[in-house]
Order: sequence, then structure tokens, then C-alpha cells
Amino acid sequence: MKKLVFLIASLALALYGTILFAGPEVEQAAFKAYFHNKFPDVDKADFINGVYALDKNAREQWVEIEEFPPYEIAIDEGELLFNNTRFTDGKSYGHCFGTGQHLRKKYPYFDEERAQVITVELAINDCREKHGAKPLKYKIGDLAKISAYLSYHSRGDVIDVIVSGSAAIQAYNKGKEYYYTKRGQLNFACVDCHVSSAGKRLRTEILSPSLGHVSHFPVYRLKWGSIGTLHRRFSGCNSQVRAKSQPGQSEDYRNLEFFLSYMSNDLKFNGPGVRR
Amino acid sequence: MFFLISLSSTYALSKGTLETETTRVEQGEKLAFDRKKGNCLACHTIGVGTMSGNLAPPLFAMRERFPNPEKLVQQISNSLLNNEDSIMPPFGLHGLLNEEQISKIVDYLYTL
Ligand code: HEC
Ligand code: HEC
Repeated sequence: MKKLVFLIASLALALYGTILFAGPEVEQAAFKAYFHNKFPDVDKADFINGVYALDKNAREQWVEIEEFPPYEIAIDEGELLFNNTRFTDGKSYGHCFGTGQHLRKKYPYFDEERAQVITVELAINDCREKHGAKPLKYKIGDLAKISAYLSYHSRGDVIDVIVSGSAAIQAYNKGKEYYYTKRGQLNFACVDCHVSSAGKRLRTEILSPSLGHVSHFPVYRLKWGSIGTLHRRFSGCNSQVRAKSQPGQSEDYRNLEFFLSYMSNDLKFNGPGVRR
Repeated sequence: MFFLISLSSTYALSKGTLETETTRVEQGEKLAFDRKKGNCLACHTIGVGTMSGNLAPPLFAMRERFPNPEKLVQQISNSLLNNEDSIMPPFGLHGLLNEEQISKIVDYLYTL
């Protein structure tokens, strides 16, 4: 059995550029093996650090920034928002999320009843709406801060996304298809930049591997000058290739997050992060 | 007299062609480097261009390696014909560059 999985994995590896239909488990093994083989010197656990796992210079600068991390204010503000918000019915976020500790690893998950992928950001707004409050913006601001607070208190927990049952597999497959589809005037798929070209330079920017992409969000980007969610980054990458970007928590983006998170299973959450 | 006139007009003509050739090459280089046009440096090392990426082969000795200009035009206009998974944008097909612009870029590439 082990041999068979290995065989299929190496076969899948050879075909990584095309859409695979080998099933989530085998695809995940091939995805990881691709990066592990491509970057044999990178510690497998270090892929959660994106481009800083690959480039020594960039890493040194990043380590320096991490001494006074610019996302710290967002964690503090997120904590206040999480603990002090009272909805009109008198309830708080605690009614939906308990203490908020070790919560991140529950997401994203496939909700069979609602037949869709639920992310942590979606759950925050679901909680608000359930208690009569207006939803927050999905890519920036208070919601990203609450998400940063929750991520911080889930650091070190293991990513463990479950894809099981035909509806969940369908959502996973949709996310995968989005990931592999070329789009935009410049005709790029996510895979073109974050798999085949990972570690290479686009102009002066080194491209990060997709393995580990979801671990450290939300992210404080120096370019943004603020904290932003994973879906803010997705839409940035869409616009970069002159493709239409989508609203935060669109079905496509949630399926994409589901797929990418599953690919990063067994790695650890280390959010929030800071990026250039 | 007739001989003189024709000589001078040939001279003018060839001088004119020479001038347009230089400008075509210059324009081609500009188009290739311009971030809003070819932005070829995003991926390729080319000539005197700086801050280039390295996710595609460097462009050099183009006349020796691509004696047929049609091939170059095709690679720029629609890279997908040579490699359906190419990550190089199909500049002509997607309206990023028109035929004239691509032809100028090819003129420039032949100086490398
Ligand atoms: C034309 C190239 C290109 C394409 C196509 C592209 N990206 Fe990116 N992406 C970048 C660059 C450049 C960065 C910033 C450097 C880095 O971390 O890779 C980036 C960063 C990211 C990051 C943040 C990485 C981190 O460590 O914080 C994520 C997540 C991401 N991209 C996901 C995607 C997804 C999903 C798609 C497809 C919908 C996509 N990208 C398409 C170029 C691209
Ligand atoms: C986003 C990346 C990217 C950009 C931008 C790009 N290319 Fe390319 N180019 C490639 C890749 C990758 C190849 C390798 C062959 C392939 O996969 O199509 C290539 C191949 C070529 C080749 C064939 C080189 C050889 O030695 O075989 C030529 C010529 C070329 N590109 C010219 C250009 C020109 C001119 C521009 C700008 C107008 C440009 N490229 C922009 C990625 C790019």
C-alpha cells in the first residue's frame, strides 16, 4: 500500500502542472513532495515562513522586523474587540467562540448542513449577524484584527483540515481548479507563480511556495501599512495579473482557502505574520 | 545631372531607413522594458536592463539562436503555441502588445 501511494505520488509529481484527479490524499502527498524535493535544504517545518524559508537575506531583514513586530497593535486591538464587544442582545463573541484560545485549527471546515466551506472570518461575521450586529469588512480593519488575535492564540497548533464526503470533496476540487486555472490579461494561474516558479525572482520579488501559505495569516504588510486577511492577499494576486478580484469570502476564495489549507496539513499555525 | 540627383536621393533614402531603424530598435527596447507594456525584465535578463527577474531564460545571442524572426514573433505574440503551460503572457493574443510593437521588440532583440 505504501509503495502504491508512493508510486501514485511520484506519478502525480510528474504531472503537477496539470489538474490532478487522484484524490485529496494523494494530491497532498505529491504537492508536499514537490516542494520538499525542490528545496531539500529547507526544514520541512519552515515552509510556514514563506519566502523567508528560502532566502537568507530576506530572512535576516524579517527576523529584525520580528523584534518589534508591526502586527502587535492589531493583536491588542483584536483582543479588546473580542472581549469588550457587546451586541444589542447583550451577548459577546464569547457566546460563539468561548475563550478564543486554540480556535484557529477548527477552520476552515466544510459544513455539511450549510453545504459550504466555513472560514474563521466568515464565522466572526456569522456570530455578529446572529446577535443582531452588522457584518464587518472581510479584508481589512476590525475583522482582520480579531482574526489576528485569534491566530496569535493558536500559534503552534497543527493545521488539520478534513476533506471527507462528496460535498466537501467537491468544494476542495473547486478550490483546486481555481488554483490551477490561468486567468487575467497576463494569463497566470496561482500554480505558475507559487509552484513552478517558487524561489525564482519576478523582478526583484522572490516568489514564495504555496506550501504553508495559509499558516501565518492575517498578515501585516509593509506595503499595505496595515493588517489584512488571506482573501485580501488573494485579491491582490488576482489584480497583479489583471484578473478580476473577488470580494472577501466569495465562494471561490473560500474553496481556494479550503484547498490550500488542506495542502498545508501537518504544518503549524504561526499567525499573524509580517511581510514586505 | 540626372545621375547626381538619383545618387543624392538614394543617399537620402538610405539615411532615412537607417534613422528609422535606430528608432525602431530604441522603441523596441523601451517597449520591452516598460512595466506597463512588455515588462520582459520581470522574468528575463535582457541587455542593459536592471532589476530583472530570473524565472525565464536570459535573452542573448538572439540572431544566432533565433535566425527565423517568425519564431520570435510567435513566442511573444502567443507563447502558448510553443508550450501550452507557458507562464509567459501571450502578449499579442491578449492585446498587451500590437503587431507593430512586437515587431519593434523583435528588431531590438536582434541587437542582443
Ligand atoms: C504573477 C505572479 C503571481 C500569481 C499568478 C499569483 N501570485 Fe501570489 N504572490 C505573488 C508575489 C510576487 C507575492 C509576494 C511574494 C511572496 O510572498 O510570494 C505573492 C504572495 C502571495 C501570498 C502571501 C505569501 C506569504 O507568505 O504571505 C499568498 C497567500 C498568495 N500569493 C496566494 C496566491 C494565490 C492563491 C494565487 C492565485 C489566485 C496567486 N497567489 C497568484 C505573485 C503571484
Ligand atoms: C512572466 C514571465 C515572462 C515574461 C513577462 C516574459 N517572458 Fe519570455 N519567457 C518566459 C518563459 C518561462 C520562457 C521559457 C519558454 C516558455 O515556457 O514559454 C520564455 C521564453 C522566451 C523566449 C524564448 C527564449 C529561449 O531562449 O528559448 C523569448 C524570445 C522571450 N521569452 C521573449 C520575451 C519578451 C520579448 C518578453 C516581453 C515582451 C517576454 N519574453 C516576457 C517568461 C516570461
